[in-house]
Amino acid sequence: MIHYDKVTKLYNGGSPAVMDVTLSVEPGEFVSIVGHSGAGKTTLLKLLFAEVDPTEGDVYFGERNMRDFTDRDLVNLRRNIGTVFQDFRLLPTKNVYENIAFAMEAAGRLDEDIEADVPHVLDLVDLGEKMWSFPKELSGGEQQRVAIARAIVNQPDILIADEPTGNLDPINTYEVVQILKKINDLGTTVLLTTHNKGVVDSVGRRVVTMDQGKIIRDDESGKYSL
Amino acid sequence: MWIDLKRISRYGFVGFFRNGFVSLAAILIMTVTLFVIAALMIAGAALNSTLKQLTEKVDVNVYFTTEAPEESILSLKNSIEALPEVSSVAYTSREEALANFKDRHKNDQLTLQALEELSDNPLGASLAIRAKETSQYESISIFLENAPETTGVGDNEPIVEKVNFFQNKTVIDRLTDIIETSKRLGYGIAIFLIIASILIAFNTIRLAIYTSRDEIEVMKLVGAGHWYVRGPFVIAGILYGFVSGVVVLLVLYPMALWIGPASERFFGTFNTFDYYISAFPLLFFVILGVGVILGALSSYLAVHRYLKH
Repeated sequence: MIHYDKVTKLYNGGSPAVMDVTLSVEPGEFVSIVGHSGAGKTTLLKLLFAEVDPTEGDVYFGERNMRDFTDRDLVNLRRNIGTVFQDFRLLPTKNVYENIAFAMEAAGRLDEDIEADVPHVLDLVDLGEKMWSFPKELSGGEQQRVAIARAIVNQPDILIADEPTGNLDPINTYEVVQILKKINDLGTTVLLTTHNKGVVDSVGRRVVTMDQGKIIRDDESGKYSL
Repeated sequence: MWIDLKRISRYGFVGFFRNGFVSLAAILIMTVTLFVIAALMIAGAALNSTLKQLTEKVDVNVYFTTEAPEESILSLKNSIEALPEVSSVAYTSREEALANFKDRHKNDQLTLQALEELSDNPLGASLAIRAKETSQYESISIFLENAPETTGVGDNEPIVEKVNFFQNKTVIDRLTDIIETSKRLGYGIAIFLIIASILIAFNTIRLAIYTSRDEIEVMKLVGAGHWYVRGPFVIAGILYGFVSGVVVLLVLYPMALWIGPASERFFGTFNTFDYYISAFPLLFFVILGVGVILGALSSYLAVHRYLKH
């Protein structure tokens, strides 16, 4: 489904953030990418939704090389990838309902679908009562759950979660991990980056370990071991 | 397509009101920009009106001999009217000239008595020629100087006694210079002020959108197409321009009314309030049009840089 082929990424000619990485992810997998800060985890994910382009090597999505993607292809790709970030990245001037509805509207979904699905997905993340609140009125954990609801509302094939528990307390961290596992159980491929040992150990699935831009371990059912 | 347009418009309106402070700042700056443009339009109209008044005070008179036959004078009048530089030609017959003279001196019995002593009307007919531009009087005068009526052809005596252009040449030349300089200076200042204020408005909107750059990134990440991201900002830009335009038109009303009498005293016949009322459709379309186009274009260009792949 996803294949990184000898990918290197240099930022402004500096030292490589990702160096000569080759990695494949199959549909339905839950892959935890772990490593210290600056190991290249986030860059690896950014390459997947084309927020950055590889300096060398290629990233394949299905059979297609992402270098061949047009702007229109990229928009369609992003509608097929849900993204969750450490800093939540919600739209501050839109309330919870509108934040989630926006992702559906951008995908061209009908108003009736939006009216039915948004409350449903908010119930899934247990935020039905906060539907009309604005992001600044929510706690960190609640904002992250809104971000997850937005990421899954279009039923994407892939969910990318970049340090989703980085700003959360242990209780919220546990809840977010449970939601991600549930999404994966429903068939969505999940790529999670974290440096939280507890999160990786509780997921108990494939673990890719990075250090200084390189993959140094890839365990099918691993634990955090840095 | 229709549903996208509806959603984009809704987000544009909602964003405009929810980002109240940013919208207010953008509107204030655009109001200043549009006010400068409106003030320049009014100042330009005042300048043109004054220059027109000055221009209308200038003409070239051709005085004919008392023996000049009327048909020859009228034939010369037709030739002059055919010149492209000529705006109008007024014919004053000998009788009219005498009547005008008497009227002018009706309180001067001595002059009138002296006139009575003469057996014949001593005044010749004349043509008062007005050019489209003051700079064109010289070429008209040269035409008159070389006309057969002035030089005389064969046995025919010249019928033109005097062309008064050369007596007034210095004044006309200076006036032409003043008019040309005023126009050039006016255009120069207007272009400078318009460019400066447009750049300020453009940068204000750019700054307003700069504060939303993270939001634009998020919109892209959730799969919004370029127009879906750009559209609400363009709608908000149009609203900035529209509201600013309306504010300018509303503020101009009492200002034009207040300045009106003073402007009439200063410029002669030009009254700012009369101009505001008579040129309102023009002001309306120019001010709102510039506002809306400036708002939309600034937003479009400002968002464009964040949409690059």
